[in-house]
Amino acid sequence: MTMRGEAAIVGFYEMPTEREYPGRSTVSLLAEIARGAIRDAGLRPEDIDGIIGQESLNSMTLAEVLGAKPRYTASMTVHGASGSSSISTASAIVSAGLANYVLCIFGESRVRSSSRAVAATAAARVGGPGSRGAEWEAPFGPVIAANGGYGLIKQRHMFEYSTKQEQFAKCAVDERFNALLNPNAIWKGQPITIDDVLNSRYTNDPLHLLECVMPCSGGAAVIVTSAERAKAMPNPPVYVLGAGGPATRHDAIWQEEDVTTTPVIMSAPIALQMSEYSVNDIEFAEFYDCYTALVMATIEDAGFCPKGEVGGFYEDTDTTYKGSLPINTDGGQIAAGQPGGNAGGFRHVIEATRQIMGRADERQVEKSDLCMVNG
Amino acid sequence: MADYTKPLPRPEDPELTQPFWDAAKRHELVIPRCRRCNAYFWYPRPACPTCLREDWKWTPVSGRGRLHTFTVVRQPSNPNFEPDVPYAYAIVQLEEGVRMVSNIVDCEIPDGLAVDMPLKASYDDVADEWTLVKFKPA
Ligand SMILES: [Zn+2]
Repeated sequence: MTMRGEAAIVGFYEMPTEREYPGRSTVSLLAEIARGAIRDAGLRPEDIDGIIGQESLNSMTLAEVLGAKPRYTASMTVHGASGSSSISTASAIVSAGLANYVLCIFGESRVRSSSRAVAATAAARVGGPGSRGAEWEAPFGPVIAANGGYGLIKQRHMFEYSTKQEQFAKCAVDERFNALLNPNAIWKGQPITIDDVLNSRYTNDPLHLLECVMPCSGGAAVIVTSAERAKAMPNPPVYVLGAGGPATRHDAIWQEEDVTTTPVIMSAPIALQMSEYSVNDIEFAEFYDCYTALVMATIEDAGFCPKGEVGGFYEDTDTTYKGSLPINTDGGQIAAGQPGGNAGGFRHVIEATRQIMGRADERQVEKSDLCMVNG
Repeated sequence: MADYTKPLPRPEDPELTQPFWDAAKRHELVIPRCRRCNAYFWYPRPACPTCLREDWKWTPVSGRGRLHTFTVVRQPSNPNFEPDVPYAYAIVQLEEGVRMVSNIVDCEIPDGLAVDMPLKASYDDVADEWTLVKFKPA
């Protein structure tokens, strides 16, 4: 027995992604987001009996802020994958009867600080558990934020598979096109070309600025309930047909045996098998995209093209919402922004839900019944 | 060397890793190798990550390897590296198979760098107590 089709997303709310929400705290945003999602699902606050929240905020604190008395709470702690993981966890929770209406909620009101302060904070955070960071990485001067690891991945991909800078740039250009008409996207209404990407400065070679996410403020929530309850609710249910992972094999990228292969190589087959569909059946995809290199490696590892051939895939495939295989139809994180509190990865869940419910307005994809999401 | 302001290694388990730093000071490279399954591994951990046995020893290695991948740093996370920009933050694969994080020195940055180029260990005595193992073109 699996949880195939046992649970569904029945409501969602997304706050527009902005650089800042001045004068507002994270919990203030989260309260508004929760209210929006509960209203969208046609529920009342007291109906929520499960809460799954972000890494940076204890879910008990969240329950207190929201005035909820949940039977089940948890915080997801798998970094960027927290948002999509909350959906598989919530589905399991409602299938098991531990809660009836689970609120999955992520977001942050981020205060922009000087680059120097950001650098100091990042320096303090360098590295991982135990001595790995402080003893074996920090003395060699890692790049600020996550840029370093993705520069390493991209460089190796270019070496092993002759992937070209123009092909990475096409990924960023398609995502930007998808953001143009998204009212919630940070880069709405601002198209870019392949040359714009190639002419943007190197954050760290071979990674260009326009291939990277921008940290932002905002957030989103969904309500997950059982398929049985979903039938009587106002929105068309978005059924969870399969889930796999988070199949993480390492924390530091340099500890991965094959640096160009992502954990999707493990999680996608599990999710597809549970769903009883094949990758060829997938109509559109929402894939974690903190950097072009990651969404591109995901496309390979999920099986949309053979390993190493994603460069050619991007040359031949229109991945905009008008295209043959729409990917990151809201602009993804690269073009719509990466709200904190794990809400960056969660935006892929939100956009999948929006498209399947048929509420993407001008961005609505032609075939929107079956989506693969990666966090 | 007294004015070295970049982060020095901060071992959380000094008993475990001191032999590495002692060897580096002698300009030698040693790597953990499992006595049971013969696997080399990096970074040092109490147990061999291949067989989970705690029976391994520090083993001298050649110091030769290849540039597995690299990125050119222009915005370091620690501002004290800013005078060195641009520099190479690299993953080096030793002949013995393990991969280490390091810098590539004695090399034009970025034009002298190429994935898979042969490298050899280069010892940087950054402080009285500390020698960092870096790599240079072989
Ligand atoms: Zn062993």
